[in-house]
Amino acid sequence: MALLEVKNLDVRFAVRGGDLTALRGISFSLDKGERLGLVGESGAGKSVAAFSILNLIARPGYIAGGQILFEGRDLAAMSERELRKIRGNRIAMIFQDPMMTLNPVLTIGTQMVEAIQAHRKISRKEARAIALDRLKKVQIPSPEKRLDQYPHELSGGMRQRVIIAIALLLDPEIIIADEPTTALDVTIQAEIMDLLLNLCEQENVALMLITHDLGVVSQVTRRMLVMYSGRIIEQGPTREIINDAQHPYTQGLINALPQMGEPGARLFQIPGAMPSLKNVPSGCPFHPRCNFATDQCKRAMPEYVRSGNVDVACYEVANLIEQEKRMQEAES
Amino acid sequence: MTSPLVSIRGLEKRFDLSGSFLEQLRFEGGRLRRKQEAVHAINGVNLEVQKGEALCVVGESGCGKSTVARTVMGLISPSAGEIHYGGQRIDHLDGKAALPYRRKMQMIFQNPYASLNPRMTIQQTLEEPIRFHHPDWTAQAVRDKIHEVMHSVGIDPDWGSRFGHEFSGGQRQRIAIARALAVDPEFIVADEPISALDVSIQAQVLNLLMDARESRGLTYLFITHDLAVVEHFGTRVAVMYLGRVCELADTRTLFATPRHPYTQALLSAIPKLEDDRPNHIRLQGEVPTPVNLPSGCVFHGRCPYANERCRQEVPMLIATDGGAQVACHAVEEQRL
Repeated sequence: MALLEVKNLDVRFAVRGGDLTALRGISFSLDKGERLGLVGESGAGKSVAAFSILNLIARPGYIAGGQILFEGRDLAAMSERELRKIRGNRIAMIFQDPMMTLNPVLTIGTQMVEAIQAHRKISRKEARAIALDRLKKVQIPSPEKRLDQYPHELSGGMRQRVIIAIALLLDPEIIIADEPTTALDVTIQAEIMDLLLNLCEQENVALMLITHDLGVVSQVTRRMLVMYSGRIIEQGPTREIINDAQHPYTQGLINALPQMGEPGARLFQIPGAMPSLKNVPSGCPFHPRCNFATDQCKRAMPEYVRSGNVDVACYEVANLIEQEKRMQEAES
Repeated sequence: MTSPLVSIRGLEKRFDLSGSFLEQLRFEGGRLRRKQEAVHAINGVNLEVQKGEALCVVGESGCGKSTVARTVMGLISPSAGEIHYGGQRIDHLDGKAALPYRRKMQMIFQNPYASLNPRMTIQQTLEEPIRFHHPDWTAQAVRDKIHEVMHSVGIDPDWGSRFGHEFSGGQRQRIAIARALAVDPEFIVADEPISALDVSIQAQVLNLLMDARESRGLTYLFITHDLAVVEHFGTRVAVMYLGRVCELADTRTLFATPRHPYTQALLSAIPKLEDDRPNHIRLQGEVPTPVNLPSGCVFHGRCPYANERCRQEVPMLIATDGGAQVACHAVEEQRL
């Protein structure tokens, strides 16, 4: 059984003039120790997906349907009280901006001890020892000193290390990291990603990494989901998708990267922009920007088809697979 | 070699942190002392931008790249050094005397959500610079010009009566580019123009900037932290670290054979699609604060090749065999 299994998740935002659907029919699973990447541009719903796993969607957002099974128990149906035992304890979360996540008026040590004591009945002293151990694990220079420092005394990279240390405090099964390095410089980003990857491997923690950076996904994760306008349009092994993307959007996203283009030549560009939730196109939400769009695409959302080990929601890909099958049958 | 379009000579910029005279006073060791502190944002930068090129300035936050852009545009005045445009010194000009240069030099900012006036329609936004620089133009001529620039950046000219907030980030950045192009500039300073945008939109805007360069013969000073963009867009690259240029080279040379240890580390840190793991050069520590600059080479504290000379003596940019200019003692002594 998978550690985490999300089945047909729908998330909506109740606003004046009706509900906006932020996530539609999201299904994926995460195994123990697995590293999964969630990729998409702003507005694709990747952060909503991450937040909804811990039921952290704030009103007017709500989970409208589907299940989030963590070790077989449905998080979507759990009471707030029960959820609190899982949040930060079994499933930890790392957010984008470390300055927003840390409390500016408490020392690092106080915040870490507080988090431990919220879940375990142990003394302050023991909790502090755990905190110190985690700070050592994230390779912060002079960790004893950091316990008594305030967040503003640390640099951005160090703050993000503290956040990772806090995420590790209670030996979680899953870490959900929402754009953990977007606010950081490239060299610091590389260090933090390396650290996160090594820690997850050592401790056998499952990682769900939300990012817009395909390079990071390729370095850190083994499986990935590509999201567009609230739907998963492609999912499968990272290497397979990066090397041979099936969905026209994923292909476009990869080809639009400057590192894919011939220096100085025009870059491949996807026309238009991601639709807003207020007017999601009918059928496949990508069809107005897609070169392969047909009438079929405008009518209904395509079902997933399997190509290699990758699941893709695209009529064009489905047709190609169908053609191939027919050719093979004709040959034999 | 022809004379450069823009040249930056011995540029320095310090931002005072210590406040007024009374705020500077400290009581230390039984005596009243006056303590002054400043952020040393730029410490002696020399750069020349040739006509028609796209010179990229790269570096991490706090290296002074945006300060360079702003000083060149005259948005902040330098603490020392000179800016020349077309052979004329412009950094000390003000008011009327600077006017002709302001038309020739335009700037594109990072955040199109902040750089467009929310209370002006697109028409008004684009009209303002044209009317300011060409007070003698007829209303029809202004309208034609707006029509032309909107068309060239791919914004439907019929949308002129809309406001900035009605557009997406990519479209807003197109409008900001249209505003810069509206007065037919020769030289454009772009400060992280695509960092706030999504990947698919980044490609659109980058293509637009490249097209404009070709069709209008523009010269760019392009500020960015994204090396992948530099490799694609730039003709030459200046890598900055703590207010100094540590390497200056043709894009191709820099990416093929980075010489400065910092450039090497920076290049290795870009996450590449073909990587299965992060494989970057590990640097010790973090960027020191520009308030108390390290002695000697500003990079010595994190450099694996630093020796006593690096701790004492500031390295100068020196031309190497490969054509790059590198400010590094180790490269100069051929230790590296």
